Amino acid sequence: MSSTFLGMPAAPPRAPYGEGNLRGDKKFPEAAHTDLQNAQLRGNLHKATHTIRAKRLAVTGELPDWEELRAAGSAIKTDTMNRLPELLEQLEEKVTAAGGTVHWARDAVEANAIVTRLVEATGSREVIKVKSMATQEIGLNEHLEERGIKAHETDLAELIVQLAHDKPSHILVPAIHRNRDEIRQIFLKGIPGVDPGLDSVPAHLAAAARAYLREKFMTTKVAVSGANFGIAETGTLSVVESEGNGRMCLTLPDTLITVMGIEKVLPRYSDLEVFFQLLPRSSTGERMNPYTSLWTGVTPGDGPQDFHLVLLDNGRTAALADSVGREALNCIRCSACLNVCPVYERAGGHAYGSTYPGPIGAVLTPQLAGMHEAKDDPNSSLPYASSLCGACFDACPVKIDIPSLLVELRHQHTEESGRSAEKLAMKAAGAVMSRPKLYTSAQRTAALGRVVAGRDRKISHLPPPFSGWSGSRDTPAPPKQTFRSWLASAEGAAELRRAAEEGVPDGGPGTSRESADHGPGTHSADSGTDADSGPGSRPDSGSGSDSEEEQR
Amino acid sequence: MTVTPGSAREAVLGRIRDALTLAPKPDTTVDRSYRTSRTLPDKQRLELLTDRLVDYKAQVHPCTADTTAETIAGVLAERRVRTVGVPAGLDRSWLAAFDGGTVQVDSADVPAPRLDALDGVVTASAVACAETGTIFLDGSPDQGRRALSLVPDLHVCVVDLSSVEVGVPEALARLVPERPTTLISGPSATSDIELERVEGVHGPRTLDVVIRTDA
Repeated sequence: MSSTFLGMPAAPPRAPYGEGNLRGDKKFPEAAHTDLQNAQLRGNLHKATHTIRAKRLAVTGELPDWEELRAAGSAIKTDTMNRLPELLEQLEEKVTAAGGTVHWARDAVEANAIVTRLVEATGSREVIKVKSMATQEIGLNEHLEERGIKAHETDLAELIVQLAHDKPSHILVPAIHRNRDEIRQIFLKGIPGVDPGLDSVPAHLAAAARAYLREKFMTTKVAVSGANFGIAETGTLSVVESEGNGRMCLTLPDTLITVMGIEKVLPRYSDLEVFFQLLPRSSTGERMNPYTSLWTGVTPGDGPQDFHLVLLDNGRTAALADSVGREALNCIRCSACLNVCPVYERAGGHAYGSTYPGPIGAVLTPQLAGMHEAKDDPNSSLPYASSLCGACFDACPVKIDIPSLLVELRHQHTEESGRSAEKLAMKAAGAVMSRPKLYTSAQRTAALGRVVAGRDRKISHLPPPFSGWSGSRDTPAPPKQTFRSWLASAEGAAELRRAAEEGVPDGGPGTSRESADHGPGTHSADSGTDADSGPGSRPDSGSGSDSEEEQR
Repeated sequence: MTVTPGSAREAVLGRIRDALTLAPKPDTTVDRSYRTSRTLPDKQRLELLTDRLVDYKAQVHPCTADTTAETIAGVLAERRVRTVGVPAGLDRSWLAAFDGGTVQVDSADVPAPRLDALDGVVTASAVACAETGTIFLDGSPDQGRRALSLVPDLHVCVVDLSSVEVGVPEALARLVPERPTTLISGPSATSDIELERVEGVHGPRTLDVVIRTDA
């Protein structure tokens, strides 16, 4: 029974645990560890992200109304989410009127079952596929495989990933972690009847894929696609692509099955005028992508005569129920945020463990699949896979405030994790700091920390529960003597007397602010860096200047 | 649509309504202050479209209505086309100067592998967008079904300058949404291998655009 009748709204469920590809088996830092050592991967990622970034800036800079387009895109998406039930009903009505069939899927399990049933009904044992995030999210290929149906990925990069039994690492260029020699090897092994003399020139590799896939396009009776946009007003669906494999899949087979997340609906056909400008320029840095297809139900004599649209929830309604997190649903999957992210650029896409990597993945994945669904849920690490630098927010064509969403998720994680080590540590620190005597003795004890520091006076490894902190940053060794004990010593007393006799120079650097930061008079070797920052600028936290102690 | 209690449809719609109750809807108005209804003189639209098409590695052949046939024949000869496909509604006078080859008129029952045997295809177009170098095909009789302009390796597309709009909003406004529509911006391309651009993967590897400047 629908809860509407009860008048008591229930929190919608997340995507089911263990289904599809919305959760890795390791937390982000652990998963990133291996790929961080991979020089090839880091080189490829650097080249890819920087190249696309430069192209994007060039073509977005061409449009004097880019900011107006972003604002309109953001508002259209927000308006869409506000009116989601009526828009989906309208879309269903229009698609049905145009000869298509609409199916609804609560989650990955249901969507996979619907697609499998539809494929089986055609009698075909294979399908051709257009690159689609939604079908990857639900693990459709794996599910079809179990049922004895072979899914052929037709996007070049997806084909590389599929033939190598690999996982995509980027939304737009999923095989960016492979170089041309690896791809040559993958093709030699994976493509039946390929020319054994195939070299590693990208044009030749693309030609080998063309020849292999052309036969599939000509003979396969069923295609599965995703959708970039679905227009409620007209029932029109759209796929945006480059290679022409999308056009092949959407045009040549008898049956087309499109799996679309419910958030992909747009109210009006004219809304496309905004998104057809925002998406290609943000995504590949082109003024327009080579091919975009638009179709409405079934057209006699042109294209598939049997069309099915599967509308997928799989945690989207759970995201919608979060007043902050729902903004992640506005994403149009352009991948601009990946290309500007310093964390993504170094860690790569696999570390996120989800179909959706990068900054948007770090907010969307926990929204869809949750992050406290099991003990030590790997997704709980995703909101921390960011330096909160804000580059993603600036790049997003629909202005999703990803940094704020990450902070909100961190807050939710802290609230949820209750008696975490961090919480206990904060509690203990609070207790110590409120008792002066205890604090003084704690400071003395801290000096013992010098024992574990290396020669560079940095502590690189702390025991649990602090290992999480030291795993990704060095901690400066505590000084031998605290400021307070120095002040109480004979040396301190003498220094203080001398300072009182000399007086404070007019307008000199010995202002009260500096004194508070660095202690009176004495300067260690380290403080040279602090002096550079000058009065009024932010102290460099790396050299311990924000602590009370003077380094001696 | 019949409504079955307990169906996935009712469940998903119910969840959405619950979600919108739990998290209040933010106020929003869509401000469409981006550029629309732009116009440019013929010469500038032609220059802009040509610049964009050349940037995509498409070949551009300006001509007039009078010289359409010889321009198309020239392109087909240059590409060594022996068998050319055309949609049923194409102005046949456009192929009057094409000799020494076969013209195959398409119909819905021609199987895709036979389209694969064509050396090229000639179609008209519905609309074009100068700023992005995009040609819109809408399945009208002079453009044919989508497979026809997709499977052959060469697409010769005729664009009338009067159908060239400045920007995306202006071009989209001229379309009939319900028609199967394809936006083409240059030949197919991929950058999937080390981000190196390769022109021509599955769609036509060569795109020749014949722009009729007085039509």
